[in-house]
Amino acid sequence: MTAVDDRPKTEIGSARKRKEDQRLITGRTKWTDNIQLPGMQHLAMVRSPFAHAKITAIDTSAAKAAPGVSLVLTGEDVKDIQGSLPNAWPITADQKAPPHPSIAVDRVAFAGEIVAVIVARSARAARDAAELVDVDYDELPAALDLKESAEDAVLAHPDLGTNKSAFWQFDSADAGTGTAVDDAIATARDGGILIEREYRQQRLIPAFMEPRSFVCDPTGEQLTIWSSTQVPHFVRIFTAATLGIPESKVRVIAPDVGGGFGGKLQYTPEEVIVTLAARKTGKPCKYTETRSESLLSAHHGRDQWQRLTLAATKDGTVTGLKVDLLADMGAYLGLVTSGVPILGAFMFNAIYKFPAYQFNCTNVFTNKTWTDAYRGAGRPEATFAIERLMDELAAEVGVDPMEIREKNWIKHEEFPFTSVCGLEYDSGNYEAATARAKELFDYDGLRREQQQRRDSKDRVQLGIGISTFTEMCGLAPSRVLGSLSYAAGGWEHAEVRMLPTGKVEVVTGSSAHGQGHETAWSQIVADRLGIPFDDIEVLHGDTQVAPRGLDTYGSRSLVVGGQALVMAADRVIEKAKPIAAHMLEASVDDIEFSAGTFKVKGTDNGKAMAEVVWAAFTGHDLPEGTEPTLDAEATFDPSNFSFPHGTHLCATEVDTETGAVKIRSYVCVDDIGNIINPLIVEGQMHGGIVQGIAQALWEEAVYDDQGTLVSGSFVDYTLPTSADTISFVTDNTVSPSTSNDLGAKGVGEAGCIASTPAVVNSIVDAVRPLGINDIQMPCTPERVWRAIQSAGSTQADPTTGSAQPHFDEGAPNQAPPDPSSSASAEGAGQ
Amino acid sequence: MIPAQFDYLAPTSVADALSALAEAGDDAKVMGGGQSLLPILRMRLNAPEKIIDLGRIEELRGIRDEGDHVVIGAMTTYADVLASDLVRQHAGVLTDAITEVADPQIRHRGTVGGALVHADPAGDVGAPALALDTEFVITGPGGDRTVAAADFFVDLFETAVGEGELLTSIRIPKHTGWGSRYEKFVRVAHQWSIVAVAATVRVEGGTIAEARIGLTNMGSTPLRATAVEQALVGRAATDDAVREACAAAADGTNPPSDLNGDADYRKHLATVLTRRAVLAAAGG
Ligand SMILES: Cc1cc2nc3c(=O)[nH]c(=O)nc-3n(C[C@H](O)[C@H](O)[C@H](O)COP(=O)(O)OP(=O)(O)OC[C@H]3O[C@@H](n4cnc5c(N)ncnc54)[C@H](O)[C@@H]3O)c2cc1C
Repeated sequence: MTAVDDRPKTEIGSARKRKEDQRLITGRTKWTDNIQLPGMQHLAMVRSPFAHAKITAIDTSAAKAAPGVSLVLTGEDVKDIQGSLPNAWPITADQKAPPHPSIAVDRVAFAGEIVAVIVARSARAARDAAELVDVDYDELPAALDLKESAEDAVLAHPDLGTNKSAFWQFDSADAGTGTAVDDAIATARDGGILIEREYRQQRLIPAFMEPRSFVCDPTGEQLTIWSSTQVPHFVRIFTAATLGIPESKVRVIAPDVGGGFGGKLQYTPEEVIVTLAARKTGKPCKYTETRSESLLSAHHGRDQWQRLTLAATKDGTVTGLKVDLLADMGAYLGLVTSGVPILGAFMFNAIYKFPAYQFNCTNVFTNKTWTDAYRGAGRPEATFAIERLMDELAAEVGVDPMEIREKNWIKHEEFPFTSVCGLEYDSGNYEAATARAKELFDYDGLRREQQQRRDSKDRVQLGIGISTFTEMCGLAPSRVLGSLSYAAGGWEHAEVRMLPTGKVEVVTGSSAHGQGHETAWSQIVADRLGIPFDDIEVLHGDTQVAPRGLDTYGSRSLVVGGQALVMAADRVIEKAKPIAAHMLEASVDDIEFSAGTFKVKGTDNGKAMAEVVWAAFTGHDLPEGTEPTLDAEATFDPSNFSFPHGTHLCATEVDTETGAVKIRSYVCVDDIGNIINPLIVEGQMHGGIVQGIAQALWEEAVYDDQGTLVSGSFVDYTLPTSADTISFVTDNTVSPSTSNDLGAKGVGEAGCIASTPAVVNSIVDAVRPLGINDIQMPCTPERVWRAIQSAGSTQADPTTGSAQPHFDEGAPNQAPPDPSSSASAEGAGQ
Repeated sequence: MIPAQFDYLAPTSVADALSALAEAGDDAKVMGGGQSLLPILRMRLNAPEKIIDLGRIEELRGIRDEGDHVVIGAMTTYADVLASDLVRQHAGVLTDAITEVADPQIRHRGTVGGALVHADPAGDVGAPALALDTEFVITGPGGDRTVAAADFFVDLFETAVGEGELLTSIRIPKHTGWGSRYEKFVRVAHQWSIVAVAATVRVEGGTIAEARIGLTNMGSTPLRATAVEQALVGRAATDDAVREACAAAADGTNPPSDLNGDADYRKHLATVLTRRAVLAAAGG
């Protein structure tokens, strides 16, 4: 009988099913909320219903007396110990920011801010008691509209004296990376083409699948915090920094985490509060938010006004771009709130060769939930702006929008290319990705159909949208982060542990929350060390197991963490070689390693890795001075970003009678360098594309004129499901990155960055002959219809800030809530 | 999302349910499939002391053929109605509408009676029930009374079902051989109707002989577009002929303005969707 070896020749490149999915899909894993500890207490939050108000009194006596309640905390109780939540990215030396309390002390600055905390024996007892807390508020005027707030019409934080947190500029002439943009604009105004537009990046909610949950156990020597976070290492550092607990006394565990999209890249009030409650009661404490609380108070994303000026010559050669952003911070600065728009600063020039560029950004406070990282963080905003502008330029010149891009983009033979922002794009081939995408899309055929529909005045018009995007990812070279005043570095860590029985444990500092690290990391090590895929266990997300790391965001895990892993694996081989040489009675220089075996060059004489591991483990007969272990670790700090790119093409059908938009086909060809696992890549692309389409068509966090979040549940925050999407056609071209040995570029955000402008471009393309050159996002049927009705005017109505009640309390046969069991009129339920 | 504490009763007959209701008075809530009630409780918009679950009352379930009428018990689930050939054959527009309600999980729990009593103007079964001239059988301590569809829907979340009463069944006059269509307009698939139109039409030799049209979410109750119904009679089932008649679909309506659309847009949608629904019902 012959054994059949069905293993792929190389693991890298094979579409392995994800090893973590068994436990994730069957519900066998433990999420944070599943954790039960002896004596555990449960928390419920009382949150402000007002956007901006003074707290004049809080009566907690009824709550304290309620059954099962062990502790009630208000801001007054903890004001001297709760510290201020951290902002790790002061973008300017004079950045303004208010103190950021976890529990509001005497003033609330957004609806949803925590004003009191109940700690009780059960989650129900805590929730019941929360209804009994009576808070008196004096309402203050609220700063809500971003533009008005930028004018300091109403102050979000009166003590700051202004709503402007910071102004940040990049100017290519000042930086010496290009010429002066105002000259380019002046020239274009006089005989060239000048495109001036204002685009809105609406406010979005990350809406991860697993609501946030936190547990703190104070009973051991180390305080143990379980958190559904993307960043356990940050949570550890900031628990120490915020609460003054020695870092060595804190252990943070991120167990399996159900998605984040940047929304769990945070150190949260709830983490502080659970820790304070645990220390005060001496008992393990847990808080799990409801979906409503999650939508209301977990950080939001995007929310910018973009004023853009593009200068070009008559033939459509771009000569300069000027960007003026207003960015809505919301009420506070979270971990990287202030830096998110800056992450886009270097991407407005995208794949194009602009001689002059200027980026200006004003960060503005309002009395709304604070914003922070959301998938793409800064780069979707930039990509949207430039890809929309390239379409506008094409319309102005009167050529196909693809032609205008080809005219301006960096040619394949021009790589490596230093952009007008001074970034060195190491590799790329825009021509190849575009050619393949056009072929898969039947670009010319669809253009013909579009013309036919235009000619026949078809009720349903066809639009074609292009997005030839790039992004900078693999965050990030620590030196660059330092020059941008970011408080941390961008390196990543890995460790390879060779177990005596031949199995391997891999430790990564990049804590995954659904990306599939366990599978991809196993594939890398399998090839590197010649170990079977199934013999490799990938560990992460526990600061006791993986003490060094900077976690998962910014499409960094593979390009930075993967490279650390490659280096650690190579160190294992280097450590093994002298032992193998000793065992083989050969010189180290004659030993070569391949496919899991150390061989004496030119002979069949060899030792398998497992034999060398065992020899190292027993230590019985090692060469003089050799460490009895092959375990190795490495920390990698990249010298450059990586620059994935791709061509995304979207065809939409626009019903001109109702304004409804239907996606007809979607093709993308992405160049993300070498691919470790095509199945994981496909998954990341599909999810990302839908998330980007959702910004274009569906999602918006809407506040009413009182500062109440109207889209506060999934009834009104219209998250798409699979029923709303189509099958995407995805493919890849490969230009390996030169910044890491894997040649990988990162794919976590690509789809989300690329798809939004492709969709909006296609809608505008469908109705452009009617005199329309913009439709504000989300492009709801109503907005599209109104644009058609008032063709030519780009004035967009803001979304009406009210929602229809479907679960109204006034329904028949429904007594109104018993006043004795609920909070008073000013009292703050949920 | 934890409701306040309540007592739970699950009577097995209508008589027991009525006496439990009478005894508890204001403090009780009746539960059908719970798909509206449970969210209300979990969001603590209401905190009744007692929940009377109708789920164990067999006599409230099922679909019967009663000559000129199809009778549907109040506790019959959406899923059961969807599976019923009787309904499909004689009241097709109800089947059409229910395929558009929420998702399969909710359709396996939610009941037609619960949905009608809940009377959300954006709910999908009110308009077809109205269009089909449904009769509502309401049972109270004094016995049954039958209410015409036009009198059943009183206002937003308010029907003719009084305190201490139950909706026990609905009786739909058979519309055998009528074409039907429910045009539901939403932004994402799982949404409540922004606007929807229920149309059922009888065509004789290419001409519309009779038409019934109900509008969803065009006011505080489902509405009947009677002017359009009359204007359609005798018209050819063609785009041009129907378009003119349907232009009046939004006359006299008072739709809401909210983040899914302002009132004027909804009125416009109503005319477009009515035309599309009628044409599909008549031809397709
Ligand atoms: C996520 C979600 C999406 C939804 N989407 C849609 C949609 O797209 N379209 C749509 O139409 N609906 C939708 N619904 C609403 C759903 O259809 C209704 O909740 C459901 O049909 C109500 O029926 P029920 O049996 O669940 O009633 P329940 O929730 O049990 O009761 C509703 C009300 O009726 C009363 N009641 C129930 N039965 C009786 C009776 N026999 N006599 C007297 N009073 C009674 C109850 O006391 C309560 O006040 C959705 C609901 C959810 C949760």
